[in-house]
Amino acid sequence: MLAFIIRRVLWMVVLLIIISFITFVIFSVLPSANPVLLRAGRNASPELVRSITKTLGLDKPWYVQYGKYMQHLVLHFDFGYSYQNNISVRQEIFSRMPATATLAFGAMIIWLLIGIPVGIFSAVRRGTWADKTAMGTALVFISAPVYWLGLVSLYLFSKDIGVFPIFDGQGTYPTSGNIFTEPVAVIQSLILPWLVLAASFAAIYARFLRGNLTEVLGEDYIRTARSKGLGERRVVYKHGVRSAITPIVTILGLDLGILLGGAILTETVFNIPGIGRLAFDSIQKSDLPVVQGTVLIGAFFIIFLNLIVDVAYAFLDPRVRY
Amino acid sequence: MAPLLEVRDLTVTFDTEDGLVQAVDRVSYTVESGKALGIVGESGSGKSVSSLTVMGLTRFFRNAQISGEVLFEGRDLLKASDDEIRDLRGNKISMIFQDPLSSLHPFYKIGDQLVEAIRAHRDVSRAQALDRSVEMLGLVGIPEPRRRVDSYPHEFSGGMRQRVMIAMGLINDPKLLIADEPTTALDVTVQAQILDLIERLQHELETAIVLITHDLGVVAEVTDEIAVMYAGRVVERGAKDAIFAAPRHPYTWGLLRSIPRLDQARGDELLPIPGRPPSLINRPHGCAFHPRCPYVQPDHMRVVPSLQPLPDDAAHEVACLLAEPQRVALWDALKAGATPEEAREQAGVTSAGAPVVAEGGQAG
Repeated sequence: MLAFIIRRVLWMVVLLIIISFITFVIFSVLPSANPVLLRAGRNASPELVRSITKTLGLDKPWYVQYGKYMQHLVLHFDFGYSYQNNISVRQEIFSRMPATATLAFGAMIIWLLIGIPVGIFSAVRRGTWADKTAMGTALVFISAPVYWLGLVSLYLFSKDIGVFPIFDGQGTYPTSGNIFTEPVAVIQSLILPWLVLAASFAAIYARFLRGNLTEVLGEDYIRTARSKGLGERRVVYKHGVRSAITPIVTILGLDLGILLGGAILTETVFNIPGIGRLAFDSIQKSDLPVVQGTVLIGAFFIIFLNLIVDVAYAFLDPRVRY
Repeated sequence: MAPLLEVRDLTVTFDTEDGLVQAVDRVSYTVESGKALGIVGESGSGKSVSSLTVMGLTRFFRNAQISGEVLFEGRDLLKASDDEIRDLRGNKISMIFQDPLSSLHPFYKIGDQLVEAIRAHRDVSRAQALDRSVEMLGLVGIPEPRRRVDSYPHEFSGGMRQRVMIAMGLINDPKLLIADEPTTALDVTVQAQILDLIERLQHELETAIVLITHDLGVVAEVTDEIAVMYAGRVVERGAKDAIFAAPRHPYTWGLLRSIPRLDQARGDELLPIPGRPPSLINRPHGCAFHPRCPYVQPDHMRVVPSLQPLPDDAAHEVACLLAEPQRVALWDALKAGATPEEAREQAGVTSAGAPVVAEGGQAG
């Protein structure tokens, strides 16, 4: 087990290096805008442009730039500085992490609390009208794009423009504070984003679990459990759900990893100062160090949570051994 | 004394997209306390469905329509409530299944699964239940049972898992054990061990057994009585010795001639029954076996045979439209090594010219 984890961590490092390299090459070889002009402004003099180019190191070949970037990253855990405003990327990412993490974990709790019970209910009552209604509704939420759902929810429920002004609208996330320092303000401002983000996931999880559980309930060992004379509740939960829910852990790890790297659409629609919003802004401005930083942090979370899932599997399924 | 289990006119129909599947059609059989009944037939003959119904497990199929009577200790289980039948299941009646590899839950330890079976019906502590589980595992021949209760199913071989299933089936001292093809998924040497085990335990624990199989060789070892099923119906029923010595149904003849025997000459061919089991949706008219029967007569395609006791042995019943003297003559010829054609000639049974219908079902 330990050997497995060490091997996987080494692989994680290799993968992150490859990802950083690819991001760097794409941005250096095919720049979407000249980062120097971003810093220098519209009518900059040629001297200024030259001097900024030199300061940012953009006069060197791309592989030299990449080498320097990696050197700083590995030796000093330094992600470089924004081309646009010279803020430390590391600092920027760390200051935005709480908002993204709060959004992701809160939404996850909501979608699990909705998706799992609905999935079980539908599997046990499959074919009934309740099941069909639940699965039909789920399909609607899966099909609805999150930005559309976000805008509609703002239009309907936000306090500033909503038809039913119930919840805080966009841009209400406290600028300096997090869930621990200002819990009430954060929770209030995140209710709509949580629900919007959780909607499609809850729907996907419900359908996924329904499918899994339906299949599991047809397994021979379920027939064995029934022939032992166990109550149907115990058969479904202890024998059925226990098996059916294991694959959910896999997709949960992936989904959470992706979201921790920034829920770009949700954060943008609700103007939440998280990693996703940062990534969105930096891509628009061709701010390579920030893009690079957000890509790496996103990749890190996905790979890391995958590792967690694999380790968790060894505890969930006795047949899995490393 | 009333028999332990009496199944009367049991009919199970499944409503499927393709039509009504009549899986079990007016099946009757009885099992006496402590005795063993073998139910023999090909796949699709309704043998498993009839037993699942006894266990109340077909209740979980929403499309199943069930009628008839299943009297267990005089009580009709088809009329019992879900809770009442759940209370019997795994307690007074238990069942073991064909595929031991998939019949145990992969995520739970053997011991936990056995303990659960006990505690579903007995108000005992976990420790007591675990002791009982260890005892049962020892009884079914699992070495080092005290240690193996902590194993997971995937750490056991197929034969060992079937032993665990048997231990689970017998753990609450049931009056009746239904074994549905318990040896089919196992290799031959293990099959023999498992059959020996079932036979030994049946005598030690005085449990009645219903053994479901497609293999006459299996029932020969264990059972006292045999019911042969074809296309959802019982076509022949009687004491084991009577069935082996003097079978009266052409389908039983086919089954007997398709198993290898040590006393057969080396060159003798095994004779498969031509054709395939009929569709249970479009069942052949008349005798359901007629499309595959070498001795079919024109009226067999119209008249449905019912189980009738033999004139000389009231306990031996057969559902065949041939006259008894013809059946006796045919079997005597077959036993002497004749082919069905030769037997027909010797017994003076005319050929109706009915072709053997490979696909079955639509003829008649």
